[in-house]
Amino acid sequence: MATLEANLEASLQPTTGAPRPSAWSKIWRDPVARISIIVLFILYMSAALASPLTPYSMDFNDPELGNSPPTPVHYVDEKGAPCAPFVYKAKRMNDAETFSQFFQQDETQKFPIHFFVKAEPYKLLGFIPADLHLFGVGDGARLYIIGSDINGRDNYSRLFFGAQKSLTIGFLGLFIAFPIGIIYGGLAGFFGGAVDNAMMRFAEAVMSIPSFYLLIGLAAILPPGMSGADRFALITVILSFIGWAGIARVIRGMVLSIADEEFVQAARASGMPEFFNMLKHVIPQTASFIIVAATMQVPNFILSESGLSFIGLGIQQPDASWGNMLKFALDNINELLEKPVLLAPGFLIFLTILCFNQLGDTMRDVLDPKMQGQ
Amino acid sequence: MSIAAYILKRLLQALPLLFIISVMSFTMLKLAPIDPLATLKANPAISQAMIKAEEERLGLNKPPVVQYGLWLSRTLTGNLGISTAGGPVSTLLLQRAFNTLLLSVLSILFTWLIAIPAGTYAAVYRGSYIDKFFGLLTAVGMSMPTFLLAMLLLMFALSSGLLPIGGLTSAYYFDLSGCAQILDIAWHLVIPVTVLTFVGLAGIQRQMRGNLLDVLRKEYVRTARAKGLPEHTVIYRHALRNAINPLITLLGFELGSILSGAALTETVLSYPGLGRLTLEAVLTKDLNLVMASLMLGALMLILGNLVADILLKFADPRISLE
Repeated sequence: MATLEANLEASLQPTTGAPRPSAWSKIWRDPVARISIIVLFILYMSAALASPLTPYSMDFNDPELGNSPPTPVHYVDEKGAPCAPFVYKAKRMNDAETFSQFFQQDETQKFPIHFFVKAEPYKLLGFIPADLHLFGVGDGARLYIIGSDINGRDNYSRLFFGAQKSLTIGFLGLFIAFPIGIIYGGLAGFFGGAVDNAMMRFAEAVMSIPSFYLLIGLAAILPPGMSGADRFALITVILSFIGWAGIARVIRGMVLSIADEEFVQAARASGMPEFFNMLKHVIPQTASFIIVAATMQVPNFILSESGLSFIGLGIQQPDASWGNMLKFALDNINELLEKPVLLAPGFLIFLTILCFNQLGDTMRDVLDPKMQGQ
Repeated sequence: MSIAAYILKRLLQALPLLFIISVMSFTMLKLAPIDPLATLKANPAISQAMIKAEEERLGLNKPPVVQYGLWLSRTLTGNLGISTAGGPVSTLLLQRAFNTLLLSVLSILFTWLIAIPAGTYAAVYRGSYIDKFFGLLTAVGMSMPTFLLAMLLLMFALSSGLLPIGGLTSAYYFDLSGCAQILDIAWHLVIPVTVLTFVGLAGIQRQMRGNLLDVLRKEYVRTARAKGLPEHTVIYRHALRNAINPLITLLGFELGSILSGAALTETVLSYPGLGRLTLEAVLTKDLNLVMASLMLGALMLILGNLVADILLKFADPRISLE
């Protein structure tokens, strides 16, 4: 008897001395997941620090330099000796014969590129007033690293400001869709019977409309003359309207199956009110599913937002988002061959989604092994 | 339950669903602040009386509930109404829906024809370079927005001149003979089908690989191997058949995602499909047209799921239709 107890005790002890690695360290140890986390961190930091990292603000425009190609940066002076990087002022010219426009560099004055330069004032993170930019050129010349758009705004800077919209909308959507989905699915599973039936029919109806059709229908409700911030908030709400139904259905299924587990029945038998039982024992069991599903859902939201903005129903000019910057590329599809850099916002969307997907895969393997292959 | 009775039951179940969808869509469109007669009202040559007549004709001067009732009773008799742009909705819709269905079915077909062998190969030769290559390819495919891929292929078409840059038919389509017409359409379908196939491929290939790996770990596979059956018999006769079942369920869902993905692809490639039609109709608040295409989209999705369930029944006799 004593040996049996000793055996039991030994089997309950961890076999090795080292503590079990936490879920986070398991994820971090996976090279793909680690790279994804680093890339996402860089992307989000760039979005948060958009103003100091870029030479111009989102709305800065030079009407003289619309559709300008990238500003050439010179590293050698006239004598061919290497020097600090500088640019020339560009001037728009018209070819009298073909009426085509081109840009000529005015080589009389050099404009050196300064680092940590004081330029347009901005509010860091929305509230700290500052005017320091990582780099820039003095007034007079413009530094358009990847060219300018039709209004003469800096595409490079707008990529950063577009990231602010495109990257946050996915997370904000989560914070609306998930609570709704969890509460809705939880309640349906909790009540059961006719209530469950009716609630699930409605969720199914939402899921039965191809999501993109529903999105454009909902986006059309937004009145045209809205401020950028209002529009951003409402687009988020619309996106979350797409995501909640699928979550609600899974949560309901999980609630129904977990409610029959022995530990829940034990709590019920010992007189715990059903509602608190649900809150304390059933819902926490769905946590790992929720974390993984949330990671998998962010790319969907980002994709939906950029799709909407791409067709002109999402974030609208003058606000920048990766989707509406890509729309500019589509509108100028004939120039795309000469300026493939116009596709940059598309590649950033791709990169972000790729990282979220890879991270989600690893998180699923670590947190929720049962879900593998589903 | 016989198959016919099962289909009937599922169709009856779909009716309340379609009703909820129609109410939802109608409410949504009535909330949209776009005036369908804006272009007419902006035109000084059109008299007030004419606008009134147009409102009357479209039923826009009645309260929304009455409008919905009118829409419902008319739709139930098979009359989908007229588009604000003129012409009956049904003709417009039928042609566009056919184009979208053509695109979707071809994409699903190619997706499956490539994904099943690729997934099988990756599972059988797990860890090989080809498996890793597929892993990379599907990671890219899963993360690639359809509109970006469509634009990349459009750039290729522009620079090479080998493929048409959009549309479904060439300008000289009607001068061609029957066979050349089909070839012309096929030529125009290359880019949109490639886009949707590549994007759809990733999910199915991964699912196939995962399923087959699961099945290969099962006891009956070990038994088959222990009996001394040749490896290809084990894999292709015993394992593969069991691994395909979960994929058939996916087929129904895939139709839904392909309809959504097709909408953006159609817009980029100016393909005359249901998605672009719906988008244009939403922007002009062409109520009858949007309602009809939303309902048609939902119907296609519901029918897709039904077909998938019935196929599953044929593939796996253990499943009973309930």
